[in-house]
Amino acid sequence: MKLRYLTTSIMAMGLFFMIACKSKPKDSEIMKTATTAVQTIPGVTADVKEGVVTLSGTVSTEAEKTAAETAVKAVKDVKSVVNNITVTPPAPPAAPVAVTADDSLKTAVAAVVKDFPGVTVDVKDGVLTVTGEAKADRWKTLKMALDALHPKKVDAKGLKVK
Amino acid sequence: MALQDKYKELLDTANASGVPDLQVAELDGVLHINGTAPSGDVKDKLWNIYGQIDPNFLSGDVVMDIQVATAVAGAKVKVVTESTNLNIRKGPGTDQPIVGKAAHGEIVTLISKMNEQWWLIRTDGGAEGYSYAQYLQPE
Repeated sequence: MKLRYLTTSIMAMGLFFMIACKSKPKDSEIMKTATTAVQTIPGVTADVKEGVVTLSGTVSTEAEKTAAETAVKAVKDVKSVVNNITVTPPAPPAAPVAVTADDSLKTAVAAVVKDFPGVTVDVKDGVLTVTGEAKADRWKTLKMALDALHPKKVDAKGLKVK
Repeated sequence: MALQDKYKELLDTANASGVPDLQVAELDGVLHINGTAPSGDVKDKLWNIYGQIDPNFLSGDVVMDIQVATAVAGAKVKVVTESTNLNIRKGPGTDQPIVGKAAHGEIVTLISKMNEQWWLIRTDGGAEGYSYAQYLQPE
């Protein structure tokens, strides 16, 4: 009787180890393939545990998040995918340029230019056209002041800098 | 992108000098650069680099507005007129009556900013009113 129990338990243990040993390389294999699969999507990492792939990281679009999940699901032996990827839209790279309206530009420009005798600034469609003549340092001061009004453009081709 | 390459040194310096809210956008061939510099020195530095890349600012391909972070309520600002006194007005506008004057080079206190053009200031002599921000440089 004792011998039978021993044999059974040895066999059970053997079986357990077989499963354990078998599942481990499997995970690492999945890991390898899954990592390759998500390589095209920067910022995403895959972790595998017992055939379950957990995706984490940050991407900028929902499409990338889905693409990563689809790519990993296609990997052999993957039981399921836990998608923990966060979608953070990138900061708007080109913030819309707010150009001041002509009316407010005209008032502000008039207030600035009155202290720069010899210089005329015309306002049209957000573009400030500077003509006349000014000393280099005075023109710099004027340019700073004009830029601060947020025009579309400061065109000084007609200005003579002394 | 060509514009960003042309002004790369300027943009790199702005980033390196700690302009945290730097915004760079291109609109119809003009690069718009906005941000807040940590000090007046940084603002000067950026304008000098701009002037090196585009001598005398004649290309017209950049509109740069760099504010100075230290220009906050209570800060001391210097009157940087060319040589004349700075008018202090009752309200924000050149049509407003003059209530006082600050001398060229005088240090005054910035009380608040009405907008980017008009700042409410007070002189040590007690004159209080609005002056044009262009002539006030944060220390």
